[in-house]
Formats: sequence, C-alpha cells, structure tokens
Amino acid sequence: MSIMEDIIVIGGGVIGAFIARNLSRYQLSVLVIEKQNDVGDVTSMANSAIVHSGYDPLPGTKKARFNVEGNAMFDEVCKDLDVEFDRCGSMTIATSEAQIETLRSLKERADQNHVPTELLSGEEARKLEKNLTPDCVGALLCPTAGVINPFNLVAHCFENALDNGVKLRLGEEVLGIEDKGESFLVKTSKGEYEAKAVVNAAGVKSEEIAKMMDPISWSIHARKGEYYVLDHYQEGFVNHVLFPLPSEKGKGILVTKTTSNNYLVGPSSEFVDDKDDLSTDVPTLSDVKRQASLLVPNIPFYEQIRVFAGLRATPSTHDFIIEPSPNHPRFINVAGIESPGLASSPAIGKYVVEELIGKILPLVEKPDYKKAVRPYYHPAKMSVEERDALIKSNPDFGEIVCNCEKVSVGEIKDILSRSVPCRTIKAVKKRTRAGFGKCQGGFCQPKVLLLLSEYFGVSPLDVLYDRDGSNILMEVSK
Amino acid sequence: MTELTCIICPNGCHLIVDDNLNVTGNKCPRGVVYGKQEVTNPTRTVTSTVKCDSKKLRVCPVKTCDAIPKGKMFDVMKDIDSCFVHVPCKIGDVVMENVGGTGISLVVTRDIPE
Amino acid sequence: METKDIVIIGGGSAGMAAAVAAYDKGIRDILVLERGNFLGGILNQCIHNGFGLNAFKEELTGPEFFYRFEEEMEKRGIAYELETNVTSITPDKKITYLNRSGCKEVQAKAIIMAAGCYERNAGAIGIPGDRPAGVITAGQAQLYLNEYGYLVGKKVFILGSGDIGLIMARRMTLEGAKVLGVAELCPYSNGLNRNIQQCLIDFGIPLYLSHTVTKVIGKSHLEAIEISQVDENKRPIKGTEQRFEVDTLLLSIGLIPNNDLLNKMGIPQSRSRGSVVNEHLETSIDGVFSCGNVLHVHDLADYVVDEGKTAGESAADYLQGNLPRHKETLKTVAGNGIGYVVPGEIDMENAPEKIAFKFRVRVPSKNVYIQYDFDGEVVKRIYKQTIIPSEMEIDRLPKSLFKKKQGTITVSLIAKEEAK
Repeated sequence: MSIMEDIIVIGGGVIGAFIARNLSRYQLSVLVIEKQNDVGDVTSMANSAIVHSGYDPLPGTKKARFNVEGNAMFDEVCKDLDVEFDRCGSMTIATSEAQIETLRSLKERADQNHVPTELLSGEEARKLEKNLTPDCVGALLCPTAGVINPFNLVAHCFENALDNGVKLRLGEEVLGIEDKGESFLVKTSKGEYEAKAVVNAAGVKSEEIAKMMDPISWSIHARKGEYYVLDHYQEGFVNHVLFPLPSEKGKGILVTKTTSNNYLVGPSSEFVDDKDDLSTDVPTLSDVKRQASLLVPNIPFYEQIRVFAGLRATPSTHDFIIEPSPNHPRFINVAGIESPGLASSPAIGKYVVEELIGKILPLVEKPDYKKAVRPYYHPAKMSVEERDALIKSNPDFGEIVCNCEKVSVGEIKDILSRSVPCRTIKAVKKRTRAGFGKCQGGFCQPKVLLLLSEYFGVSPLDVLYDRDGSNILMEVSK
Repeated sequence: MTELTCIICPNGCHLIVDDNLNVTGNKCPRGVVYGKQEVTNPTRTVTSTVKCDSKKLRVCPVKTCDAIPKGKMFDVMKDIDSCFVHVPCKIGDVVMENVGGTGISLVVTRDIPE
Repeated sequence: METKDIVIIGGGSAGMAAAVAAYDKGIRDILVLERGNFLGGILNQCIHNGFGLNAFKEELTGPEFFYRFEEEMEKRGIAYELETNVTSITPDKKITYLNRSGCKEVQAKAIIMAAGCYERNAGAIGIPGDRPAGVITAGQAQLYLNEYGYLVGKKVFILGSGDIGLIMARRMTLEGAKVLGVAELCPYSNGLNRNIQQCLIDFGIPLYLSHTVTKVIGKSHLEAIEISQVDENKRPIKGTEQRFEVDTLLLSIGLIPNNDLLNKMGIPQSRSRGSVVNEHLETSIDGVFSCGNVLHVHDLADYVVDEGKTAGESAADYLQGNLPRHKETLKTVAGNGIGYVVPGEIDMENAPEKIAFKFRVRVPSKNVYIQYDFDGEVVKRIYKQTIIPSEMEIDRLPKSLFKKKQGTITVSLIAKEEAK
C-alpha cells in the first residue's frame, strides 16, 4: 500500500523545481518523480542559459506574462539559492535598414510588455560590443536580460525544496496514471505512489504524460538546438547576449558569454521525431557557425571545447500550456515550456502553486520554512588568506581534482553531502564544473569516479556517467 | 626477401632482409641485428601491470627484463595476470622468473613506497 | 612573502631536468610544484618501453626513465611539493598555489613553466552523433588501465593514429580486449613507424587511412560507430560508411600545450599553442621560461629532457646576471609547409654558436629541403630524404649565418626541383 501524498510532481526540470520549491512553503506532502538519474538533466541542462527580458513574446500571451514576471524575480531567487546570475543585458542586432523597421516594432512590443529597452545606432552598439559585425546598423538593447548557471539553478532550487520536506525519486519513469476518484495512482518503473493532485511538468514528454489522463487537444514536439561551447577566452570578447532578429524559428542563433566566462554559440532549430535525440551533426553545426559569424565575425572557434544538443518542448498552441486536464481538475498540465521557459520558471512555479493548486488544496504556510540554501563554498573568489584559512579548517579544499576549472575535493564532498542526490559523474560536473574545462575531464574524471565510489561505497565499476548503463569502467584488469 | 619496419628506436627504419639474411635500409648497426632476429626468431619486450597492495595504486607496472619470443606474448600475459607484488617495491625487483616458460624474468618498473 | 630563486611548475621530465640543470649551475633555492601525487607527470602511466634511447642509450619504460631524474633530484636535495596546484601567476612573478597544507603566495625570481600538455578530445572536434559514455581519450584509458587497473571496454575502435592510441591498441589487446581498427583522417599515419609495426601489425589490427568517424551511436553507452572514407579535403565520402559494433571509442587525435597560466599573464602565443620564447626559452617576461610539452608537443621524452635542461641552465644564467635582454632580436616565421618554429625570437647577443631550430612539417614529404631565409635571402638549405609531421625536427645552425641583430628568419619546406 502506498503512502498518500498531497501532490506528485512529474518531472525534475526547472519547472518541476520551482513548483516543488513553492509547494515546500506549505504544509503539504510533496513527491517529485524524475526519470533521469539527476535533476535538470534534459531540457533544463541543454539550453542557452539565458534569462530573457521578455521584449519579444506577443503581448497578452502566457509567454509574455511569465517571462516578464519571472525575469524580475531572479535577483532574489539567485541570492536565496546561491546561483551565479549576471544581468548583462541583451542586444538584438539589425544589419539592414529593413531590419531597423523590425527593431522599431519589437520596441513597441517591448513597451506593451513593460520591458525597458533602448534603440541604439550601429555605432553605439559597436561601442558596447567591439567585436560586433561592422554590418550592424542598429540594435535593441534590453538591459534586464541576463545569463545564469542553469545547472545550479535547478539543483539548488530542488535542494531548497528538499530541505523544506519535499521528497524526490530519481531514476523512476512514470508508466501509467490511474484515476481512483479521490486520488491518483501513479505507477512508475520502480513502484506505485498515490496523491490527491498531480502536476505534469514532464518537459518534452509532457504530452505522453497528459494523455495518460485525458485526450488532449494539443501536442508537444521536440525541437532540437545544437550549440558550440568555447573555452574561457579574453574577458569582454562579448559582453551582452547578442541575438539576430527573431524569426518564426525562434530567437535565432545567438552569441553569448556564460556565467563561467565561457562563450556559447547556437542554437540551431530543427524538429525531430525522436524525443530522445540529442545527437549533433556537421551540416547543422556548420550552419550555426556561419550564422553566428554574421553577428560576430571573429569568433575564436579554435577554442571550441564541446558541442551539444538540447530539445525544446514546442507546443502546437504556440503558447505555454498551464491548465488543469480537461476532465480532471486535480491533474494540472504545465507543458510546452519552451523559450522563454527558463526566464519564466520562477513565475510559473508561483502561479501553478498559488493560483491553480491553491484552488484544490489548502495552502497553510510552514512556520519553519527556510527560503535559502545553505551557502556554497566559492574558494576561487576568496583572497589567499581566506582560502588558506578554509584549507586549514578542511584540507580537502586544498586538493584540486579538476585542474582546468580548479575544483577541489572539498567542494565535491560538500555537494555530495547535500539533500539533492548527486551520484553520477555528470551530476558532479553540472554542480561543480569539474570536467567542464578544456580537457573535458581527461585528467579529473578518474578522480571524480573514485570519489563517488568511495563516498557511496560502491565499486568503481558501478559508477555511472549519467544514465543507467553509462558505466565508465567495464572490468577489473587484474 | 622480407620488408620490415625496425622497432629498435623511434627512427623506424624500413629494412629489407634478403634470403641470405643480408639487411639493408638500416641507419645503424642495431638494425642489422633486429632484421636478422625478426626474420629468424622475432622477439618483443612485454610491458604490463600486476596487482599490488599499495594504498595509492591498484597495480604496479612490470616488464620482461629481456625480449621474449613474439609468439609467447599471450603465455607471458597469462602468468602476469596471476602475479602479485607487495609494496614497497623497487625498479628491477623480480616478480616472477621464467615468465610464460620463456626463461626470462618479469621485473618491477616503478618504485612504489608503502 | 616568501621568495624563491626558481619556481618550476610541473614535476615531469621537463621540470625535473630543469631543476637538476639549474642546481648544477649553482642555484640552490629551487622549488618544484607538481600537481600529481608522484613526480614524473604523465610518464607514470606510460609503462611501455622505448624511452631513453637518446638520453641513456638504453631502452627504458616511462617510470624507469623519469626515475633517473627523480634520483638526481633526491641526490641534490631539490625541494618539491606534490598534489600542489598553481592557481595564478602575476606578471611580476608572484605565484599563488595550494595543496592540502594551505594556500600561499611566493615571490619567484625566475619561473620555469613545465606543465605539459593535454589531449584533444571529442568536444574539441565535435564528433557527429550521440555523446554516450565509452568515448574517451586514449590517455585517459591508459590512466584507468595502468594506474587504476581497470579496462574501459572490451570491443574497441580507435580514432587517430597518434602514438598513445597505437600504444593503447597493443596494451588493451594484451589485456584481453578486441581492437577492431584504427581510423586516421590523414592519408598517412601520425604515429611512429615502429608503433604501427609492434602495436598494430603484430596483432593484425587494421589501420584505415583517410577515414574518420562520422557517427557515434548510443544513448547512454556507446553501442556502435560509423566510419567513412574522406576525400582530399578531408570531407567524408557518401556511400563509404562502415559500421562497427564497439563499446569503446578511443581518441588519439593530438596533444595541446597546457599553457593557460602563461596565456593569462599576457605572454604572446606561438602557433605551437605554447608561448613565444627566445633561443634561451625565455618568454616575453624577463625570467619566465618555458620548456617541454607546454611549449610545443614533442615526439620523444628524451628531447623534452634536453629542453628542460636548457631552460634550467637559462634560468640560472638569468639569476646570475648572464642573460641580459636586448631590444634588438631576430624573429622566426613558420613559412610554407611548416607548422610552427621554436624559438620565436633570437637575441643574437646572447645566442650560442649553434642555434637549435625546432619545428614540425605539416604533411609528410620526400626529397625536400628545409630552407632558411633571412630577410628574404636564402642562407641555408638542408636536404631531407623523408620528413613527417609526427616527428619533431631539430636543425642546429651556426649563428654566423645571421649577420644582423634584427630581421626575420623564415623556415619553409621546398621541393627539390624548386631549389634549383
């Protein structure tokens, strides 16, 4: 017999994270079920990592509302959750007089969405971005846009939720949902769980989950985006998020810095049938390179350290789907959260809990709710004296595991001790950046693998890279 | 006539050994020795690891202290897989004599402290 | 703040050779900082033989080779710290480093960078297809096998014919894995001939020249790869695809100097991706030297040791006031067919009677000359019967060829016919 939960949230991405965190404020029992072996492991991991300003969604849409509301919440969210966030601003670049007209209409749209913007001349734009194409004749500056560490946003958000009593099951796929009148029975690959209400935040797979409950009028298609990641390069090579003009295919191929002083170039945009297709290909990436060079001609692609692909959950409705299932008011679909989903996530989480769940379950605040996570260590930002004192108090902080990104045993053990499980090499990489540098784990992966093996008391052979079956080592050689 | 790549040093000379075991194409006298040997009785040095009881390393590197007949490489490996080294050990310590029935000893190639 | 005469970053073969050479020139206040838990650097995992033929006239394994230098270090009592990581160096030579005993700053009078290199990996070349576990660099597989005692897979394919990949083909075969083949993008091998013979041919492992991996298949772990033949522009040819069911793809596609620390100091970079240095291996900053694979990737550890020795002696000369820097220098340029040239500059007033030019050619060539032009005039041609990219060339030319203190030396490869 399963324990009756108040709410089950299906999906451990950024949307599930903010819903769980908002729920954790109240006296409710909450269970989050995630198919992957880590939180934020699909769309929330592979995206542009941008908190959009909200200037371009059509006024009156959910995208416009939640993007603008969400954007405003990030300063506080990132302070509470100890997540790197840089409100560096974005610039949308026009390279012809005809495009200037489009910039003007985008500015009008921004005004309607109450997003502050400024039209710049080509010269003014190049003053802010010295590597911008000489073809730039004008730009729309959006100072409220920013870049964020998306990995830690999801992980720390869940950590906060778990610290406040939310439960999380990783590596469990939802296989079926049964309506039992007063409750729902959620069957997974590993067990059965019962809850009074269910939230479907299953990303690219949210259509499949929604159909387990009711026939639906909408569908979700996976739209793949391929990217280049460049190594740390001269600081200030690019200072803003640089976009071309948006098209029906989305915001276009952008060039941006990241919160870790890397540069990101992409994404492409292509619908794929397989909702698990994260492959990259040469023609698509060559096209990304070509289009990005139209914005910034001298991108140092020789500094490339990785390529990756992400999947956007693109809804047939062209807008976010945030509503109860047609015949089941206690089953809430939060689907089709494509761009600007990351920027909208805090606002969506708040809305789903306060406006939708609040109507079906009583929201009684917990007296002991903690809104912030236990602070993280940031040794790289410390002075020599501070760092010395930290190492003297715990020598693990003096033992560097990842040479490229200078990550110590101390930081990794701190992560392992926290409430959100971090059991795979990829999870350690996402949380700490160990393996994120130019050697891509060439030197540090064996050390991380042994740390995980020791910490969890499992054989090195059983340590996973990320998914089940992704073991690094195959057998003992002697 | 046999054509060979000399493996004695990184030069990797292209050797030609005729039926009377005359070697040409070599840049140094070692090529002649190698060419003759390779045609009559090819040999190789085997390097590998054996289990050890160091806290820092699971395995200790070893080698055959001289070249062994090429055809016996896998016999040597079988013996190597069954060996064990106690630390501390020193370069040159004999791990096993007559490894793989070759008459050659298997020796440690790395100093490993306790 | 503590001061040191010389701080050497990296305790591998270059760093140790530098330390010993500086000591033997009278410098006593030396500190070697090594990030690993043993001296020796990457040679700890290079348990195969073939080292030392030049330096010691005998064939040694990697650990035996570096142990000779470790002994020399111990004999002289040269100080070193293990498991120690340098986080930054300022242009005025303040070094911040940390280990389990703390974090500190030390003021160095001279610095020798000897931090080695790292492997080019899947991310850097963006191999098409999925990104599953099981696609790893050859050196990483070597570390897992030779120091940790684990095999990463049993059915292996190798991309790139670099020496580490070839060595690992033999090593994994001896350990019971099946190596199905090696694909090389170039129409020639990038490894040493002897390694093609003793690592591939000995074991019947096919080498696919002018081939590359065009698809990686596997959602969580590698299941298969697809290779294709490439045309003269290195583009895959449709219809030539071959599929191999493998659990491991090893990458042996090149090494890159690990030169972040000097790059961040603003020292100019050479085409080798190491720093620009002069004939004494001194960078643009007085008293900062670079040697070994962090300067340019060597083919043999023996040459790394030679270079380390030069750097150590130069640092001693610098500290003893025997290496004054002059404004006027010659510049070297990698001309047609040449990848890079070390040194990038020559200070004629300090230069020894014979100047060593080290370089690599871009493609294998036969019956060619290496031509040295000085300000547009041919000053030397050296005939090479065969010359290949996988081997570093060293030409030692008399200083007297260059009769000015300023000017440009261009090194280029020319066909025998052109030379007439």
